[in-house]
Amino acid sequence: MASPAVTADRVAGSPGWRDFLRRLRAGDTIAHAIVLVFAASILLITVLLLIELWGNSALSRAKFGWGFFTASAWDPVAGEFGALPFIYGTAMTSFLALLLSVPLGLGAAIFLAEMAPPGISDSLTFVIELLAAVPSVIYGLLGVFVLVPIMRQVVEPGLIKSLGFLPLFRGPSYGVGMLTSSVVLAIMILPFVVSISREALMGVPREQREAALAVGATRWESTWQVVVPFARLGIIGSVFLALARALGETMAVTMVIGNDPRISSSLLAPGYSIAAVIANEFTEATADLHLSALIELGLVLFLLTVVINGLGRLLVLTTTRKGTAQS
Amino acid sequence: MRSLPVFALLLLALAVSGFGQTLINGAGATFPYPIYSKWFDEFHKLHPDAQINYQSIGSGGGIRQLEAGTVDFGASDQPMNDEQLKKQKTPVLHFPTVLGAVVATYNIEGVSAELNLTPEAIAGVFLGTIKQWNDPAIAKPNPGVKLPAADIVVVHRSDGSGTTFIWTDFLSKGSADWKAQVGSGTSVKWPVGLGAKGNEGVSGLVKQTPNSFGYVELIYAIQNQMPYARVRNAAGLFVKAELASVTAAAAGAAADIPDDFRVSITNAPGKAAYPISSFTWLLVPTRIEDPAKRKDIVEFLRWMLGPGQAMTEALSYAPLPKKVVAKELKAIALVQ
Repeated sequence: MASPAVTADRVAGSPGWRDFLRRLRAGDTIAHAIVLVFAASILLITVLLLIELWGNSALSRAKFGWGFFTASAWDPVAGEFGALPFIYGTAMTSFLALLLSVPLGLGAAIFLAEMAPPGISDSLTFVIELLAAVPSVIYGLLGVFVLVPIMRQVVEPGLIKSLGFLPLFRGPSYGVGMLTSSVVLAIMILPFVVSISREALMGVPREQREAALAVGATRWESTWQVVVPFARLGIIGSVFLALARALGETMAVTMVIGNDPRISSSLLAPGYSIAAVIANEFTEATADLHLSALIELGLVLFLLTVVINGLGRLLVLTTTRKGTAQS
Repeated sequence: MRSLPVFALLLLALAVSGFGQTLINGAGATFPYPIYSKWFDEFHKLHPDAQINYQSIGSGGGIRQLEAGTVDFGASDQPMNDEQLKKQKTPVLHFPTVLGAVVATYNIEGVSAELNLTPEAIAGVFLGTIKQWNDPAIAKPNPGVKLPAADIVVVHRSDGSGTTFIWTDFLSKGSADWKAQVGSGTSVKWPVGLGAKGNEGVSGLVKQTPNSFGYVELIYAIQNQMPYARVRNAAGLFVKAELASVTAAAAGAAADIPDDFRVSITNAPGKAAYPISSFTWLLVPTRIEDPAKRKDIVEFLRWMLGPGQAMTEALSYAPLPKKVVAKELKAIALVQ
């Protein structure tokens, strides 16, 4: 093993300038090949994942076919499996989490990027990025010990009293359930929305703001009608990253969702998500069909993510074509 | 370059220390993990050349790894069924190691008394046919206890587990309705209730939800100081879960224990028997190719059935009854 001093000596005593250039050009090709392999590995991992999920779910696919998507029974004893309650639970909690966190996150991002003094903006952003690094089990524990009692004793009885005429807010208040897990998810994905939206807003050229102010716009008009539309690609990107996190979140969700594979019109009722049932039942699934059905659920989650991301891309494409600004 | 000889020496030292050591891998049930890790540690102290490595990945995972041949032995809270046994390349033996109990725990506002519960009442609550605490099926065996007219919040495990298997196995024996509608397994289709992850999840949710009713392993109820019910056994008596009453359940069932030890001891006969008890098993292949491994595994089984049993009570596991131990010692000879 050579010490650093020796290496430096060798480089200094290397052959002439021209050789060095030639080697650099060869290095270019090598570097090109290396990064190409790295890039290809992403595709390779995705394809391998898909092959594994497809192959190992063969038993369940053969038995249930397309009916897997529409059946709502989940009975490991009788060997009957359907994905619908899990798809509903995953999509519904993620959607609600977005509904709660996007307005909040966007508002916070606008404040941090446009209005707050730089010192405050930087320190707050640091805190928000810290939140993104908290492990999900911690959010789950906070959910169980802090949020669930509040939901059971205060929030849910209040909702039943005031909005109980809607089927969405009926039934007993258990504390755990779809609504509680949506709130936990919303808190978890908020840092993503804030942090990335703020970056996007900060990236808007100063000329845009100056031009808006020059034609007589107020500060708010320039922010809301010029800066935000200009940054919308980044903002939409932040929303989809947050959504991807919400769809796949496992620990925190399973701790507060109630884990009951049933589709209920009430948001206060317990539900179940795809990632949660896989984590819960995978280790003790002794029957082959049960295991295969769980793997097929993984495939369903994969497809769900692909479809939602596809829709997101489509949204971005259509809005940029119509829009005035390109970033 | 100077570091190279040092490095080589280190490697050599490592190789020498590793030489002559037998590394045995096992995987499976999480429920007996505390006692297993204690046992493997103590056994290693007595036999420094034998190192047993145990991964508590769940009973299902243990059975699959044994089938794939990636571990030397497995462990399960549920005996393997005939179909699973058929898939194993070499026949597999079941060795009961310790006993565990599952208790019915509750949190009823204003009630601190120990309840007497019948299997029918428990099944009714978990089926959703008994909805309130003051239902006659619960109130009748509990004269003098003032039960509220509150809705029962059922809490069950959401993760697949041996605890759920023991619980549902007991309910299947105690209630024909349960057997027909739900059945037994590590995960089942629950007619009602909230799912919580792990024993700690269930005990946590029961503790903070008023008028709730759930099931956990005995040790969790003791540790969390939660009340748990006396349950009516096959002899018609209400028995509290204790190490003695759990061992009594095994002793009651020992009379007609099959030679392969694959037996459920829920609802076991005997006046002192606690009805929601179960063995947990080590799964050992009958043929172990490596002679060193075979010697160590056999030695461990003998030691576990002898001095090992004395360590169980400190960790709240019930020891095996003598009859079962004697029968297992004979079965060890089948490992070749």
